[in-house]
Amino acid sequence: MSRVVVHGLGAVSPAGWGVTALRAALERNTPLPTTSLARPGWDKAIQVRAVPPPATRPAFLAHPRLRRASPAAQHVVAAALEALGDDAERVQRGELRLGVIVCIMAGCVAYSRRFYEEVLKDPPTASPLIFPETVFNAPASHLAAYLGTPGINYSLVGDDGTFLQGLALGAQWLTHGQADACVVVGTEELDWIIADAVRQFSRSSVHTAGAGAIYLKRHTSDAEHETSGVAELAAVTDSFLFTKTQRRAEAARRMRAQLSPGNSDALFLSAQNCPRLDPGELAAWANWIGPRFAPKQLLGEAFNASAAWQCVAACDAVQTGRCPAVSVSVVGANQQAIGARLVAVNPTPRP
Amino acid sequence: MLFPHSKSSPQPIRVVITGAGIVTALGSGWRVNASGFRAGRSAFRAVTLFDVSRQRAKLAAEADLPAQLPPTRLTQKDSRRLDRAAQLLLLAAHEAWAQSGWAPSENLPLVLGTTSGGMAFGESYLQQSLTAPHSNRGQPSRIVHYNCQRQALDVCEAFGFQGPITIIANACASGANAIGHAFELVRHGQSEQVFTGGYDALCQLTFAGFDSLQALSPTTCRPFDAQRDGLTLGEGAAMLTLESLEHAQRRGAEILGEVIGYGAVTDNHHLTQPHPEGHAALAAMNAACTTAGISPAQVDYINAHGTATPQNDATEAAAINRWAGERAATLPVSSTKASIGHLLGAAGAVETVITLMALRGQWLPPQMNLKATDPACRFPIVRELRDAKLEIALTNSFGFGGANATLALRRWT
Repeated sequence: MSRVVVHGLGAVSPAGWGVTALRAALERNTPLPTTSLARPGWDKAIQVRAVPPPATRPAFLAHPRLRRASPAAQHVVAAALEALGDDAERVQRGELRLGVIVCIMAGCVAYSRRFYEEVLKDPPTASPLIFPETVFNAPASHLAAYLGTPGINYSLVGDDGTFLQGLALGAQWLTHGQADACVVVGTEELDWIIADAVRQFSRSSVHTAGAGAIYLKRHTSDAEHETSGVAELAAVTDSFLFTKTQRRAEAARRMRAQLSPGNSDALFLSAQNCPRLDPGELAAWANWIGPRFAPKQLLGEAFNASAAWQCVAACDAVQTGRCPAVSVSVVGANQQAIGARLVAVNPTPRP
Repeated sequence: MLFPHSKSSPQPIRVVITGAGIVTALGSGWRVNASGFRAGRSAFRAVTLFDVSRQRAKLAAEADLPAQLPPTRLTQKDSRRLDRAAQLLLLAAHEAWAQSGWAPSENLPLVLGTTSGGMAFGESYLQQSLTAPHSNRGQPSRIVHYNCQRQALDVCEAFGFQGPITIIANACASGANAIGHAFELVRHGQSEQVFTGGYDALCQLTFAGFDSLQALSPTTCRPFDAQRDGLTLGEGAAMLTLESLEHAQRRGAEILGEVIGYGAVTDNHHLTQPHPEGHAALAAMNAACTTAGISPAQVDYINAHGTATPQNDATEAAAINRWAGERAATLPVSSTKASIGHLLGAAGAVETVITLMALRGQWLPPQMNLKATDPACRFPIVRELRDAKLEIALTNSFGFGGANATLALRRWT
């Protein structure tokens, strides 16, 4: 059995650009301030958490493919490059076969909404520059183009849990030799149409946007690599679907039972103070006595980006020595409950 | 557990097809589609689903949906909520499921490809938000059914199974990527069975999008024609039941064909245009053949991506020429998009089923509307129905974002 190690983390979130900003926001343990987003036909704006502008304009935005790219594409590239670190250049030199997995639920909604509004007004004037940026795989394509990597590249669509499925898929590609390394990115965009849609289901949800990235490689016996890993991916549970015969609470209960976290684990939940969505997950973990964190309560709801930030924060807790092991629980918007466990990289071979 | 996977096989496992379902504008089901392709029918007509009066192109291959869906575990209320995309998917799924003889299972992976999911619901949601912003009537349901995972969950509910849902949205290669991923899951021993395919329904946003790019033909869809002027959109779905050969034989299933190779490569040239020399298309075909352990000399037919846009067909022709070498001169190629249009996320899956039909029936799918073959094609285009001895065939799918995928199929005897 191959062992798979997290080698890098990246994040663009309402806390700012970079994992450091995400960590600082979570350590403050105070919900980030909201901003107002106007929506047509309403006097009252929607409260959201937008990604702040970067301190300096990222150099990658000068790339021809990224000048007109959607916010999601820009966030995906930024998070992925942070996670790849120095290996980005190795990928660009063709020394590493990189697999790319981008997980998204609502898609590039800002450009999609804008393009369709143009179509409704007058189809012949709808912008041909915008339409290609609306497709689900545009962010993944831009990332591959920036890195110049021709490797396998999937855009996966689904609710928050899809990001954890992406981690399992990346591990599968590494195990079967389809890639030497794999970056898994979760992303969502902010627009009034999606913020409005989120509010249809939960008045307490605050929509946000951004991306989170996890860079995976096979564990090697090389001592240098052993110490450079952030955390080891120990497990990704099955996906427990929400169906008529298996409601959210039951799916969450089965996910927890399969995850079987250790007593010393810290728990990273997807709960967000939403009475409609949270009870199943909270019930599944009701008797958990270890430390627990719920990043969505501080950052907001961004589906696959939120799940990615949960995992990034969890890995960061392992890397910085704050937790020897972490469990991540994702009870998604409308598809599945799924969990993952990450542990400190152990230099000795696992049996 | 999705990871680590206890069932991984050290040796590749043979992957066979035991059920296939197809819906296109030619009709619903294997039989009607096979006879349609054999008869050389073309399914294009004026678009009726939305207003195209201000668009350059006016035609598409709209599918006729039955008044009633086949019986499944979905309630009538559930069925009434399904949009065109979900209905197309369910029709194809029902045919494949029934043919396979599969029973409901607790851990059956579902792998789907789509580009738009329930986009029609998204369009309605935005229209109502703009015209009647204070009315919530129907809006929550539109949000739920807009999501691609809702259509996938409907399939699970309809046939009573559970398992991981993987939805690959790699533009026009989505269906091929989905089948390729399903093939990998069985081949590596991670699952004995996978339900897979692709679906997409026509919608205004996509139609207007391709029209804005001037990628739609204002005349006739003519893949590989020297005078081709663009693609014509279609809609449909295709589903396959894939399983290990051992599993299929153990339960005495009828085997329709074998998936033997898959290649997926990314073209970084441009978001919407392939590299003119077709490097990625060539690499995808090579990768599929490497997995299959075959050479171009062993391939008897290629179902081309062949959209009829000037760029795609020139690139694909260059790639096939380079890949096939001397074999190109006698290698039959056709694009069945000339009959049913470009089905986007469904294309790769539908064309896999068409290729399977050809292998099963030992005939070459003819390509309509070709007047003068582009001289870039060093291979013969199949222009009329003819019987042929086919053992191995490839099907190509290329999409926006540089998604390139090739599947290799073998006849089962």
